[in-house]
Amino acid sequence: MIAPSAYLLLSAILFGIGVVGVVARKNVLIILMSVELMLNGVNVAFVAAGSYLGDAAGGVFAFMVMTVAAAEAAVGLALLIALYRLKETVDITELKVLKW
Amino acid sequence: MVNGILDYLWLVPALPLLGVVLNGAIALFAERPLLLKEAAGHVDSHGGHHEAPAYRKLVAFIAPAVVGAAFVVALLCVLSLASRPADGRTFVQILFPWIQAGSLLVPAALQLDPLSSVMALVVTGVGFLIHVYSVGYMSHERAFARYFVYLNLFMFAMLTLVLANNYLLMFVGWEGVGLCSYLLIGFWYEKKSASDAGKKAFVANRIGDFGVLLAMFLVFWTFGSLSYTEVFAKVPLLRESGVLTTGLATAITLLLFLGATGKSAQIPLYVWLPDAMEGPTPVSALIHAATMVTAGVYMVARSSALFLLAPDTMMVVAVIGAVTAIFSATIGICQTDIKRVLAYSTVSQLGYMFLACGVGAFTAAIFHLMTHAFFKALLFLGSGSVIHALSGEQDMRKMGGLRKYVPVTFATMFAATLAIAGIPGLSGFFSKDEILWQAFSSSHGSPVLWGIAALAAGITAFYMFRLVFLTFFGQSRMDPEVEKHAHESPWTMTVPLTILAVLSVAGGWIGIPAVLGGGNLFEHWLAPVFHPAAPMAASHGAVAAAGAHGAEAAPHHPAALEIGLMALSVAIALCGIGLAYFLYRVRTAKPAEIAKAWPTLYDVVYHKYYIDEFYEWAVIRRIVNVSTGLWQMFDALFIDGIVNGAADLVRAAGDRVRRLQGGVVGGYAFSLLAGAVLLVGYILYRSVVQ
Repeated sequence: MIAPSAYLLLSAILFGIGVVGVVARKNVLIILMSVELMLNGVNVAFVAAGSYLGDAAGGVFAFMVMTVAAAEAAVGLALLIALYRLKETVDITELKVLKW
Repeated sequence: MVNGILDYLWLVPALPLLGVVLNGAIALFAERPLLLKEAAGHVDSHGGHHEAPAYRKLVAFIAPAVVGAAFVVALLCVLSLASRPADGRTFVQILFPWIQAGSLLVPAALQLDPLSSVMALVVTGVGFLIHVYSVGYMSHERAFARYFVYLNLFMFAMLTLVLANNYLLMFVGWEGVGLCSYLLIGFWYEKKSASDAGKKAFVANRIGDFGVLLAMFLVFWTFGSLSYTEVFAKVPLLRESGVLTTGLATAITLLLFLGATGKSAQIPLYVWLPDAMEGPTPVSALIHAATMVTAGVYMVARSSALFLLAPDTMMVVAVIGAVTAIFSATIGICQTDIKRVLAYSTVSQLGYMFLACGVGAFTAAIFHLMTHAFFKALLFLGSGSVIHALSGEQDMRKMGGLRKYVPVTFATMFAATLAIAGIPGLSGFFSKDEILWQAFSSSHGSPVLWGIAALAAGITAFYMFRLVFLTFFGQSRMDPEVEKHAHESPWTMTVPLTILAVLSVAGGWIGIPAVLGGGNLFEHWLAPVFHPAAPMAASHGAVAAAGAHGAEAAPHHPAALEIGLMALSVAIALCGIGLAYFLYRVRTAKPAEIAKAWPTLYDVVYHKYYIDEFYEWAVIRRIVNVSTGLWQMFDALFIDGIVNGAADLVRAAGDRVRRLQGGVVGGYAFSLLAGAVLLVGYILYRSVVQ
């Protein structure tokens, strides 16, 4: 039996890598992937906590997040393709029209 | 009590209002699009006058018809009123409650009594003739329907003014006629001088209206009501209890008189009337001679019960009337524009009416108002006919010898000139002589007032005959081109002239004084309005009572004196005529010589005593300076400063804050993260501390 803290540590590491990816990377595709990483980090925490407490709600919640993440990925990738067709770039630092 | 036809009194103002609605619809939906199209340059469809659009015929029928119908209704109502006993000749018709606020109750109510019936008949009768005349006179006018909308609206407002039962409703009519006067003076608004004259008239009238408004506040404050019947019924009671002091009565009446000087063109507010001649000539006849300018006289006569309580006001009224009479008569001598001569003559004759009011002879004032409406309307319409015949020429120096071109106009205008000059037997003689006699004999009067008025009568005779001689007699001084087209006017213009000529001759016969063997029907008719005030006033001073009883004061003077003064004033008038004959028929070079002999005097009179220039310097310039100062200091600096300051503040703040939004998505994500960390950190910190 692995201690719950180990799962939570993994979760935090995954989430942290995701956050750094979102904040620091320029490629929109990488940013979307980083968001997925963050979501999955959270999922690990849910499942671990559900297992530890003997509560099925944690697993159910993880499935919910996966569903939403799938939908989000579909929409996000569609937007990404539309964006690329329009601007011929996926570099987020070049997409800064929306400002003062 | 069955009122019969009197129940239909409301139709008298309502019929012209119907005309406004119908003609207004035509003007808006038929005429305006046409004129706009024309202005845009599509003149091809509109070659000449012979293709007059069909709506003009409709307007030419509706506008006079509604006024004529109003005249018939008014006449029937007055006849019905006359069949009542003398003390029951006040009919009040309440139409609907108009204003109810606290103790202020003002119904929209009409009142027909001997005074308002005279006014209503004169307004609708003369108004109808002038409407008919206008159809001919304005036949070449593009904005035909718009003209008649204004004219009908004027009739509605004027009838509201004279038929109102309270000061407030009268004030509505008072303002309404002022508005119509403005609209009609500036009818040809493309002309700068016309629109300026309209503004001048409006502003001068506003000064007077201010006085009327204050007077109304005082009346309501004192009497708790604005209705004539209630106010005048309460006068004796409040006089007895000491609420209505002489000072208060003086204040009310002076303020009312300020309004009258504006509307009726008396010193100091008369300056707008001569400029008002920029309007179409029938307008000058209707508004600026026969009806609207007499509204002030009507109001003073209507409030006679109050005026008689204020001897100081009476003196002011009499003096201003007499001075205006002679002052504007002298200006009339030197004018060369035919309409301006008549305008100054109108101011002068209105001065006579106020002189009569001021000496307590209200009946004589209303009598002169009526006869003046006949002969002055006729003179204006006649001058309009002359102007029409000469394709718009108004300068008398370019007329002369017109007698043979416009015989009807000449004959009728000559009758009116004889009437205004005071030739015995004509209407002007009876009314003017009544005023002169009252100015002499009434206890408010004095020989000085009589002397001024008689002299003014002589000057009147002089300048009127000067006008006739210059226009109709002697050699033609017309442009040959104009002379070729000189023609008598169409029947729509000559028929009203003829009817008015008959009235100018015979209109005075209803008021032949007793000393000449007449019954003075007119005075008996108006007696119930002006004499009930007398017994009340008698208890507080024989002065006022004698004023109200102008005729009764006469017994102190022998009939021979009255006849003698009458003969004297006729002699003065004949002197004026003789002088005019000498200067303008016999020695026609003489006037120019006189002008050359006294250049300064001639110059001052010719320039109307430089009164306009004086007002410009003394009042208008100052007001403009103060207004400019307020505009630049207060408005531009203070008000705009606050508004612009607020805007600048917001802009400066926004300029700082907008830098946060840099457009780099990573930055936003980092802010989000930082916010989340801070939030979570705070929650953890709280849970640890607790």
